[in-house]
Amino acid sequence: MELSYLFITIAKMAALIAWIYGLMWGLARKALWQKALTVLLAFGVIQLAFLAQFGDFSLFSAFDQGLLYQAVTMTMVCLGLNLIYGFNGQFSLAQWGFYGIGAYVAADITFRWTSNDASGFMVVGLGVILAGLAMVGVGRLLRIRRGIPVLSAFTFYLVAVLVAGVVAVVVGRAIASSMTPLFGTSSAPGVLASPVVLQIVFFLAVIFAGAFAAEISFIFGLPALTLGSDYFGIATLGFAIVIQTLMVNSDTILPFPEMKGGRGMIGIPKVTSWVTAFIFLMIVIVIVRNFVRSSTGRASMSVREDEIAAKAMGVNVAGSKLLAFVLGSFVAGIGGGVYAHYIGFLSPQTFSFIAGFNPLIIVVFGGIGSMTGTIAAAFVWIFFLEGFLRVLLGTMGTEAPTWRFVLYPITLLLLMLIRPQGLLGSVEWGFLKAERLGKRVAARGQADAGATPAQQKELS
Amino acid sequence: MADSKSMGAALELNEVTKYFGGLCAVKNFSLSLPKDALWGLIGPNGAGKTTVFNLTTGLFPITSGAISLDGERIDGLEAYEITRMGIARTFQNIRLFSSLSVLDNVRIAYHAHAGYGLADSFLRNRKFMSKEKELTDQALDFLSIFKLDGIAEEVAKNLPYGEQRRVEIARALACKPKVLLLDEPAAGMNPREIIELMDLIHFIRDRFKLTILLIEHQMRVVMGVCERITVMDFGEVIARGTPKEIAANQTVIEAYLGKGVATSAAG
Repeated sequence: MELSYLFITIAKMAALIAWIYGLMWGLARKALWQKALTVLLAFGVIQLAFLAQFGDFSLFSAFDQGLLYQAVTMTMVCLGLNLIYGFNGQFSLAQWGFYGIGAYVAADITFRWTSNDASGFMVVGLGVILAGLAMVGVGRLLRIRRGIPVLSAFTFYLVAVLVAGVVAVVVGRAIASSMTPLFGTSSAPGVLASPVVLQIVFFLAVIFAGAFAAEISFIFGLPALTLGSDYFGIATLGFAIVIQTLMVNSDTILPFPEMKGGRGMIGIPKVTSWVTAFIFLMIVIVIVRNFVRSSTGRASMSVREDEIAAKAMGVNVAGSKLLAFVLGSFVAGIGGGVYAHYIGFLSPQTFSFIAGFNPLIIVVFGGIGSMTGTIAAAFVWIFFLEGFLRVLLGTMGTEAPTWRFVLYPITLLLLMLIRPQGLLGSVEWGFLKAERLGKRVAARGQADAGATPAQQKELS
Repeated sequence: MADSKSMGAALELNEVTKYFGGLCAVKNFSLSLPKDALWGLIGPNGAGKTTVFNLTTGLFPITSGAISLDGERIDGLEAYEITRMGIARTFQNIRLFSSLSVLDNVRIAYHAHAGYGLADSFLRNRKFMSKEKELTDQALDFLSIFKLDGIAEEVAKNLPYGEQRRVEIARALACKPKVLLLDEPAAGMNPREIIELMDLIHFIRDRFKLTILLIEHQMRVVMGVCERITVMDFGEVIARGTPKEIAANQTVIEAYLGKGVATSAAG
């Protein structure tokens, strides 16, 4: 049994990597219908694999499906981190904290919704929008008066966001209480209690959770990113610890009894399906890729390479760092939202800062600054460590799965010795590749051939 | 009087002083660069030449004085704003974005002129596509001026030293500057490369209609290229004039060689 299991798992991992490659290859095609077809096919293949059941044997068992959702959320978190650490060069340990924020925020919205309470949705939704507007407003005002120190700017933003938050809580609660009759009773469910509405609320909740994480990252990042690289790392570590402590005490020092503090939040509707997970994965991949392959993305990379030179080339270094940090956190928040609704149970243990090193390891493992590497490494990581090794070692004894925490650091060590640039180095597949110029340069060379001698004369 | 003087000046530093703690790195430094000038800034090691560059480009704030570009005050602005206003520079020890391609190095300098915003790049709309193509084409044009378009996709750190220098100058020019500051462009070059560099500097000035301020140790370059020279020692201006005047200036010779040597050489 073990041998066949081993074989099948490896085949599955290979198939998933091939799936990623195919998806990226297809998305790189020119015509819109080709892209659409690729997305549909990529979605369909997995969906079919979910359904394929031959008697006892299922191609993608419930366990494997769970792994896939975990891999998808891990991909989102790691892509965000790669943006911050790989492309922008800021060593951050806070990513896991933003993941946790996203998970708890989205979970709280749908949890309240399923207990016929729209307040979570209304308050967070309004809060995110108002705080966003308040930030833009403060940003405008600060731009008029120059030379305001970062800490003062931070205070202005904080006050604006807090005011927006208070307004959101008051107004949101009022609207929510007026919506309560629409939920109906358990015997006669109202309009808002229907599963379709829940799906929509879930979708928006995930987006709000991402925006919530992004706004917190802006407030935190504004002063923290002025620190030099190592000190920023320490600050983010502190942030991750603060977030976990708040989670553990969410029912005591924070007014959220439904989160049940250290005991963990139960009863989150398990509404993540392959459709939603896939949609969010595609959104995240497209966002990250479009950012990296733009002028702003290149400016972001220049900050990683050399901050002083970047400044001297007209790149707004502070702004660039903040942008990458906020975008990375947004993506992590979305991942958290998707994760919470797949697992249905959130424990602060999951978001301990020790576990927060996993995304970092995945990014390094896949290749710093390689989106393909990050995606592939996230999938392999989950399927190998959580799937394959756990099951394989589980057959050897109840405590044996703990060995995987010995095995993977050794693997990591070996990889760093043999391939310090990571598994895939800076290789990118299809869609994620930077535009190639080979032909264009060659064509120009031909066209310029006539002008070259004159230029040479001019130059030498 | 100051106004009439600054009319023709592209870059003007007025009584600029910089203290690092108790150490005075630059003291009452004044310099008025007329448009299209090719000006040299020389002095012994530690005279404060690079500090003048760092102050002008906004990497350090000045302690007192004023810096203006085309009559507009620029001291107190952020470094990236100063670059966008029209001052670009190269560095003494080359500071390329070493693991990016040559093309990306130039395209990053073009960032301020990209012409599309963040929203456009997320949506990948028509504006993004056309501007991005335009940007790449212009970057390739720049590279072809420096005969670097053949290696546009090469990673910067793999290039030989001389080419890295050229890429850095190309990158600085891609910022579309009015004033170009070159910090020891001939450092580490062999005599042939130096001759090429001197031609290149003339060529840039004529082609891009630029004002160039140059720090250099190689007297050949300074004397061969610069129209006028300012000499610094211990953070202060000790002489200014044409290359010929400077070469004969007693204070300058003393600053470089020491007092006794200068007198014995003269005698």
